[in-house]
Amino acid sequence: MVSLRVNGKNYSVDVPNDVPLLWVLRDHLKLTGTKYSCGIGECGSCTVHIDGKARRSCSIAVGDVQGKKITTIEGLPKDHPVKRAWIQEQVPQCGYCQPGHIMQVSALISEAKNPDPDKIIAAMDEMLCRCGSYPRIKRGIKTAVEIVRKEGKRS
Amino acid sequence: MKSSISRRDFLKGSLAAAGLTIGASLTPFGAKLLSGAEMKNGFKPTVWYEITPDNIVTVWIPSSEMGQGIRTTLAMIVADELEADWKEIRVQQAPAGDAFKNPLVRDQLTVASASVRGYYEPLRKAGAAGRMVLVKAAAKQWKVAEDECLAQKGIVTHKKSGRKLTYGKLCEKAAALQVPQEPVLKKESEFTYIGKSIPRVDIPEKVAGAAVYGMDVAVPGMLYASTARPPAFGAKPVGYDEQAATAVKGVRNVVGTPFGIGVCADSLDAAWKGRDSLKVRWDKGSLPDLNNDSIEKHFMEELDKPGSKVKDAGDAKQALAAAAKKVEAVYFVPAVAHTTMEPMNCTVHVQKDRCDVWAPTQGPLVAKMVASQVAGMPADKVYIHTTLLGCGLGRRAAPDFIVEGVILSKAAGKPVKVVWSREEDIKHDLFRPATCQRITAGLDAGGRLTAWSHKVVTPSLMKDIDPKAVVNGVDFMSLWGLADFPGSPDNNNIAYEIPNFYLEFLIDDLPIPGAPWRSVQNAPNAFVTESFIDELAFAAGKDPLAFRLELLKNNMRASRVLEKAAEKAGWGKAASQGRALGIAQHSCFGTYVAEVADISVNRKDGVIKVHKIVVAVDCGPVVNPGPLHAQIEGGVIMGLSTALKEQVKFADGGVKSANFNDYHLLKMSETPEIEIHVIDSKEKMGGMGEPPVPPVAPAVANAFFNATGVRIRRLPLDPATVMEAIREKA
Repeated sequence: MVSLRVNGKNYSVDVPNDVPLLWVLRDHLKLTGTKYSCGIGECGSCTVHIDGKARRSCSIAVGDVQGKKITTIEGLPKDHPVKRAWIQEQVPQCGYCQPGHIMQVSALISEAKNPDPDKIIAAMDEMLCRCGSYPRIKRGIKTAVEIVRKEGKRS
Repeated sequence: MKSSISRRDFLKGSLAAAGLTIGASLTPFGAKLLSGAEMKNGFKPTVWYEITPDNIVTVWIPSSEMGQGIRTTLAMIVADELEADWKEIRVQQAPAGDAFKNPLVRDQLTVASASVRGYYEPLRKAGAAGRMVLVKAAAKQWKVAEDECLAQKGIVTHKKSGRKLTYGKLCEKAAALQVPQEPVLKKESEFTYIGKSIPRVDIPEKVAGAAVYGMDVAVPGMLYASTARPPAFGAKPVGYDEQAATAVKGVRNVVGTPFGIGVCADSLDAAWKGRDSLKVRWDKGSLPDLNNDSIEKHFMEELDKPGSKVKDAGDAKQALAAAAKKVEAVYFVPAVAHTTMEPMNCTVHVQKDRCDVWAPTQGPLVAKMVASQVAGMPADKVYIHTTLLGCGLGRRAAPDFIVEGVILSKAAGKPVKVVWSREEDIKHDLFRPATCQRITAGLDAGGRLTAWSHKVVTPSLMKDIDPKAVVNGVDFMSLWGLADFPGSPDNNNIAYEIPNFYLEFLIDDLPIPGAPWRSVQNAPNAFVTESFIDELAFAAGKDPLAFRLELLKNNMRASRVLEKAAEKAGWGKAASQGRALGIAQHSCFGTYVAEVADISVNRKDGVIKVHKIVVAVDCGPVVNPGPLHAQIEGGVIMGLSTALKEQVKFADGGVKSANFNDYHLLKMSETPEIEIHVIDSKEKMGGMGEPPVPPVAPAVANAFFNATGVRIRRLPLDPATVMEAIREKA
């Protein structure tokens, strides 16, 4: 049995400790917003927050995150600046990789003392999007940072 | 705005209990519009919407949503002609049905950049017919003349008295009326939604993480499946340890399939562990020594063998002999992979009397046909539930993963979800085929192009899709960009007027599976022709833009996009230090595109930095500019990714590339500024999913030549290739 705290809720799941967190989120907790794409931490589609840091859930064994605070795309508030910016800038195309991008950007914004769009953009090369939504992701990042500067941060 | 997957079987008549439903049936004479009552009598509509007493207008979307925003764009067309209130529009994914075929591709296939241009007219007519019937119903109720009534934003108003009735109030009465067969369409100046950027209906759920892709489907009691696949093309299993697989906790079935050995289990983790425990031993396959070098050598040898004549206009041989100057070049473009971010997957439940398929597919009718064959039941017992697609790119028009799902569910006797790993997705992709081409061209003393003789070696794409379409050794789909099927409305031909033109094609027969890949062979073929045109301009001592325009005198649309892109990019002005421009144009799927790449080259490490791409397009009228621009951005980025980075690696008779750590895609920092100019055009509507891709690679290669004086005749223009080319020149 593995005990997990995801999006503020506690779960116990009967899975081997070595199963990647990604599959436990998706197939056991039915939190399918976190996506599988590469399985080796190369594309970032599976990004979640673990204790506030952006992490690749495909490459983390579920046994290693017991007792940690896990947040998925579903747990990020609907009115979170990054989610709002993504809608405002019409960022997604197919959208499959976007939860990962949103989780990456939201972690980078909350970690930074004074979020700087250019610094965040520079940290996005760990992520992939096959549709080529990069120009809009950049715009989304700028808009999200503007919202944060105006309204203050939120987790 | 909410969209969802429809699991309702509404071809069987489970329509809204009351309300107005409009469809259209395609007849040999064009579209016949049908009322709800008629459709229940067995007519199969192509394009539908339904108005219910709650004022909601539900539009059924026949195309697959794979990021192009089609659910929004098609709904806008209906809403505009219907005079509906956008806030009351809902979208539903249509099921698989002949009635939903796109008239342009004659199938329910989201391919060939055909959705908007194919459904535009039928949807306008359907919307207009509904508006007219609603007005008629209101006029009848008020006992006034129809021309005293105005339909606007979901309400019919009697202009003199100010009386109003909503569409919801009118829909039941309207359903009983005759639908006009030749509805009066709005004037373009009267459009309320068409031509304006409307936010996409699918974006909020995608941002929330609530959107359902094939990968997210869950059916009660389902098993997960994974297949051990051959490591080499044509390899057959020699033996495997079934006991070791079944010993893994949670493994339920081990099933031999034409694709390999499938393992069904209670969880994906167990299915993958079971698959690995099989330790399948394979034979060496059909060409055990196949690798990138052997492939290229094979193509080069094929280039000297006789092929089939495709086009022979004038006398290229004679004109070449008479030419003042001859230019000859050989080009090679390697195979590339689709790598949709969502790997191939589907969920299938075969039962005694029905088969349900939940799949991210571009071709629901193809899926229905193959599922029917494999499940062994009539097509009307097969239900295709098209989910959202995590990219399509052409890969998802093929039904291989659906066949796999049906076989496994049938064998397991349970619903089965097949999930391909990224490694399977790359190694078992149906690749954009490699191509090798030689062109010999002649210039007269004035530097005018007089002759063009062109030999193409590449696999046939149609042989797996529709073998009958390969006639006398010619597969036009593999030649798109050079020559199109006779009578094709898409005009995927070489655009230049060349007086003596000869085109020959040899179908390559290497056992590497292929499939259409965004823009099909327009992209590799345009890389060859648009690079070579620059070579000719250089040989003629002419400006590449001027040289092109001379050959496009009678092609207004191609000329004006070239002129626009050149003007906006500052073509002909002195480039800034270390920078160079390159230009290319290509038209396909009815749309004309020109691009200018602005690059610099690091001669120490061979990295090409693309600073900016200026794009000019003429696609005729535009329905939803926001997603259109996104398609252009995405197409340019995908084109640039193949120009600079992508190439499938083959070894030991199979595919060596496996994941994103050895098959590299373009990243954000490598993405240039993209400046887009859409010509305000009244010409025929073209597609936009694919046309932005082909000009990218030749524009970059031409810029590279202008920067360095070195011509690279292969892709990708990666650092190793660039360094080698620079060294050779020195």
